[in-house]
Amino acid sequence: MNYQPNARGYYGEFGGAYIPEMLYPNVEELQENYLQILGDPEFQREYQKLLRDYVGRPTPLFEAKRLSAKYGTRVFLKREDLCHTGAHKVNNTVGQILMARRLGKTRIIAETGAGQHGVATATVCALMGMECIVYMGKIDMERQRPNVERMRLLGAEVRAAVSGSQTLKDATNEAIRDWISNPVDTHYIIGSVVGPHPYPDLVARLQSVISEEMRKQLHEELGRELPDYVVACVGGGSNAAGAFYHFLDEPSVKLIAVEAAGHGISSGHSAATSVLGKPGIIHGSRTLLMQDEHGQITEPYSLSAGLDYPGIGPLHAFLGTSGRARFISIEDEQALYSVAELSRLEGIIPALETAHALAALPQLGAGPEDVVVVNLSGRGDKDLATYLQFADKLNSYDF
Amino acid sequence: MENRIANAFAKKQNHLLNVYLTAGYPTLDATVPLIETLASSGADLIEIGMPFSDPLADGPVIQASSTAALLNGMNLWVLFAQLKDIRQRVPETPILLMGYLNPVMQFGMENFCREAAAAGVDGLILPDLPLAEYEEEYQDVFRRHNLRPVFLITPQTSPERIRRIDALTESFLYLVSGPGTTGGGTTQDPTKQEAYFERIAAMNLRNPRLIGFGIGDKTSFDRACRYAEGAIIGSAFIKALEGKEDAPAAAREFVESVLN
Ligand SMILES: Cc1ncc(COP(=O)(O)O)c(C=O)c1O
Repeated sequence: MNYQPNARGYYGEFGGAYIPEMLYPNVEELQENYLQILGDPEFQREYQKLLRDYVGRPTPLFEAKRLSAKYGTRVFLKREDLCHTGAHKVNNTVGQILMARRLGKTRIIAETGAGQHGVATATVCALMGMECIVYMGKIDMERQRPNVERMRLLGAEVRAAVSGSQTLKDATNEAIRDWISNPVDTHYIIGSVVGPHPYPDLVARLQSVISEEMRKQLHEELGRELPDYVVACVGGGSNAAGAFYHFLDEPSVKLIAVEAAGHGISSGHSAATSVLGKPGIIHGSRTLLMQDEHGQITEPYSLSAGLDYPGIGPLHAFLGTSGRARFISIEDEQALYSVAELSRLEGIIPALETAHALAALPQLGAGPEDVVVVNLSGRGDKDLATYLQFADKLNSYDF
Repeated sequence: MENRIANAFAKKQNHLLNVYLTAGYPTLDATVPLIETLASSGADLIEIGMPFSDPLADGPVIQASSTAALLNGMNLWVLFAQLKDIRQRVPETPILLMGYLNPVMQFGMENFCREAAAAGVDGLILPDLPLAEYEEEYQDVFRRHNLRPVFLITPQTSPERIRRIDALTESFLYLVSGPGTTGGGTTQDPTKQEAYFERIAAMNLRNPRLIGFGIGDKTSFDRACRYAEGAIIGSAFIKALEGKEDAPAAAREFVESVLN
């Protein structure tokens, strides 16, 4: 099976570029240039240097012994939480800002849910001295307050998206509208493997450093490059795409994508797109999409601001429907338990998004000899307000 | 095959007014009375917006009317039921449906085209339908039902692409006046905008042109008509209906203010 998109950006029936004409020249410019720029040795030299000296790569692969003992399997954590700014998102923004510069763009826009992508974008804009505008749902601005302040401190302008559910989907709508209004000088740094072609492929390639390092590190640690399981949470799917990328063509590696079930899949308050979605078009991509019978996009829900997106990247829609990846959905409560668990067993406070991936461990069916790599996509600092709100619950668990 | 859009452009060579309304706005049942009023008060074409939850290319006014229409209960089933007898009431004026692809996909393109044609719709504007996908997947269905696609052109659209769009079109070209979503006073300076309109006019394209986005009153309408066969008014019309008890009366007053 081929897991790379075709020339028009399709992974099987998913992907493409369903955009109004106003966006066409921008998107076409990217389509025509992104592979060449990514392949340019000078670009790679700059990108790799920034990944090393600025982001802090390679990130460690850490064997979580107490977690392993508890679940009866060998659990390794890929420490993306140790990246500069606290999540994997910066791998993508470093690459895209270099690309934007090469395309002669002077103004950067982005959308953000949890605020991690917004912070990562504001960070590289500060680094490069570029104007930065981040769209964020009004509700997300409230529940991810520290990240709003971080973005402002970094010199970015944060604009509230007040339409719809006032979360990630609406922030993305506003960013796209901004791009429509500013077609010449602006580059849109999209934060996940979503949007029109070439974004899903571009972001997947920029995040693929995660699995590239995993292979090397597993080889050094265990003498084998291939784990038995790779587990990652999926909002749009960028950390999962990066963690899966170099294992896509290794059928022995089981790929586990973990979605947010919110209050439960059939509760009406969920973001489990692979279960609740049907093929549809969101933000320029044909993918699985949560929608009503009339094709109106429905409002997703998750306690975590980075997972409540009503779609998934087209690559993941393809991996899920073709059976290459297994999708698991995790409820708010289970994720909160995993926040406490990783904090107490390993001394690592994970992001709420990441906790969904950890909560899938008991469902894998992994044996004592199996090697499981969980992509620890981000750290929990940004979620402290939420964790405080649930402090009694989090402190009540016994480990 | 005969089509009302072609007839309208044959009958009148300039100052064609195309008015956009959102189906189901300001009230669910306003759609048909508004179409009738628009036609009788002088609109040359009528564009019916099919409301969508996430209208990416639309500014605040049409976003709000779409949200209101959805809350009013508008959907494609309701719309086609409302349009069932529209050709008895409005026999000549071309009617186009405009909207985003997702609701149409869920309805099914074949079903959608069949229902639209049965209601007497003449053209379809689906801004997020890519040209290649149109040609490969949908051109046949459109043709079978004598539905004419309309594609958008912007100041950034390349000449080659404009020629390709012109070749795929048998209705009119929708010239977006400048960068921006619907309703936005475009940020384009007037000289640049004129140069763009004149550049397109000089291409000797086979289809007539209507200019849209940011056209809102007699002045902007007349100005647009200097460079094209006519213009499209959307947001300003929707705004004129806001909070009006008698929407058709407000519609008539609006159209007359633009044309007279
Ligand atoms: C720490 C962390 N993990 C995961 C995600 C989800 O995004 P994606 O699915 O693109 O990795 C986010 C998004 O904000 C995040 O902040």
